[in-house]
Amino acid sequence: MNNNTNIIAARDLVAAYRDKIIWRDANFSINRGEFVGLLGANGAGKTSLFRLLLGLARPNSGQLEVFGEQPSRGNPRIGYVPQRPYIDSESRIEALEYVRLSVSGTGLGFSLGKADAERQQAYDTLKIVGADDLANRALSELSGGELQRIFLAQALAGRPGLLLLDEPLANLDIRRETELIRLISDVVTKQNIAVLLIAHDINPLLPVVDRIIYIANGKVASGKPSEIVTSQKLSELYDAPIEVLRGSRGQLAVLGVEEALHHDD
Amino acid sequence: MMTRLSDFASSGFSLNLWNDFFNMWQYDFMRHAFEAGTIVALVAGVVGYFVVMRRLSFAAHALSHIGFAGAAGAVLLGLNPLSGLLLFTSGGGLTMAVLGRKASSRDVQIGTVLAFMLGLGVLFINLYKGYATEAYSLLFGEILGISSSDVIATLVAGVLIIVAIILLYRRLLFASLDEEVAEAKGISMMKMSIVFMLLIAVATSIAVQVVGVLLIFALMVTPAAVAQRLARRPSQGLAISVCIALLATWAGLFISYYVPYPVSFFITSIVFLAYISVRIVQSGIFRRMSLMSGKN
Repeated sequence: MNNNTNIIAARDLVAAYRDKIIWRDANFSINRGEFVGLLGANGAGKTSLFRLLLGLARPNSGQLEVFGEQPSRGNPRIGYVPQRPYIDSESRIEALEYVRLSVSGTGLGFSLGKADAERQQAYDTLKIVGADDLANRALSELSGGELQRIFLAQALAGRPGLLLLDEPLANLDIRRETELIRLISDVVTKQNIAVLLIAHDINPLLPVVDRIIYIANGKVASGKPSEIVTSQKLSELYDAPIEVLRGSRGQLAVLGVEEALHHDD
Repeated sequence: MMTRLSDFASSGFSLNLWNDFFNMWQYDFMRHAFEAGTIVALVAGVVGYFVVMRRLSFAAHALSHIGFAGAAGAVLLGLNPLSGLLLFTSGGGLTMAVLGRKASSRDVQIGTVLAFMLGLGVLFINLYKGYATEAYSLLFGEILGISSSDVIATLVAGVLIIVAIILLYRRLLFASLDEEVAEAKGISMMKMSIVFMLLIAVATSIAVQVVGVLLIFALMVTPAAVAQRLARRPSQGLAISVCIALLATWAGLFISYYVPYPVSFFITSIVFLAYISVRIVQSGIFRRMSLMSGKN
């Protein structure tokens, strides 16, 4: 498969909620095999971009293409993990059944005669994310890190070409955060798919992302981490003083984004 | 005061369950009660499982109260109470669906409407010049008065609900367990909510015959709540929910034929016992007690 296949292309894209412009002039593209971080303050419009890509909302103006077509609802080539999916603490539904929903959940009637094949497909997907040992555990018994792997498996179960992950790192400790990012990075490489991941903290993403899309103050910027992660660019985007430090091995660390985010809240 | 089933028992409870059952089965009203009760329990067990999964228990309870006002209004106008019940529950269900999922979980607003509707029902019953039995049976169920035409109406409604659930099973499950992903996968939440609220409305309307408006939780929510705590797979959950609702209804009818207390009391007690038992076992009280006794 061609590694440079264009999966998302946005040209002069403008997002609005009702009549209010959220952000404007977004120009970026995402290719197969790319891991892209989507960053920005609360309410900046990150989830709005996801809704546009999923066909759940329409652009105010500009052009947006996903897999070379206008976004449409129910695109089977997109896997999606929403922000904080609700898990009922009383429910004992096992992880395998939850993942299975992505395999056959949109069909009509019972999946008579196909249940075993569907469960096998769900199990194989759990293996991809290293969660096959959790297959028969109840969702309500799982930790935050384990749940995120299950959600990731559910998004992968439909064998998508694009993954949209909305804040999967929220509420994870540093170790689990690092493990999950490595896992997603592995998935991108092995499955040769594109991933767009929303996060608040840029630092854990910096070692693995190919590119970053920043949304701040109604503006959208995209580029390689080395182009975007500069004190000048970030301070301009967030309208607040932000410092970028470079370590002895060339690694980047950003200071001040969290404060800028809370200031925006 | 309602007539008691036990008043019809030609002989007392003998511990020969086979004989006791046939003694009871000779009466048409008992057969009708079992037939209608079976359909209602089946429907309530299935619909209730999704009600609990979608966290709509309070909304479903409110629908039954809204239905009470409709039924009481119908009684006042000299119409069949079931028609008023169906009209009001459907109207209430549609309104909740159109206002969205968030509206269905707004406890304070729903509670306010629920109380008003109950008050409205009380006013209609007060204005009604007939017997208070009508109000009593609406509130607590009157399975004794079910005719063969009621059984047929219940069967038609029940079949419609079950067919709709079978058709929508996977989509309803997906939308109930993971609304946002299901929507992203192309399932319309609005359409699903409207259809499901209408199904709850019809299920509530037929269940009122057995347990009444105030005790709808007994068949619609508690068996499903037990199932939710036990089942690892949705298909198991549905089976457990239906089994508990069926067993409670059958046992309730059977016991009340011999013991002079209302059917709905026995049904609610049996499902409550099931729920409490599951919670106790799951909380590990038994395990801890046996550990303590081991130490002693």
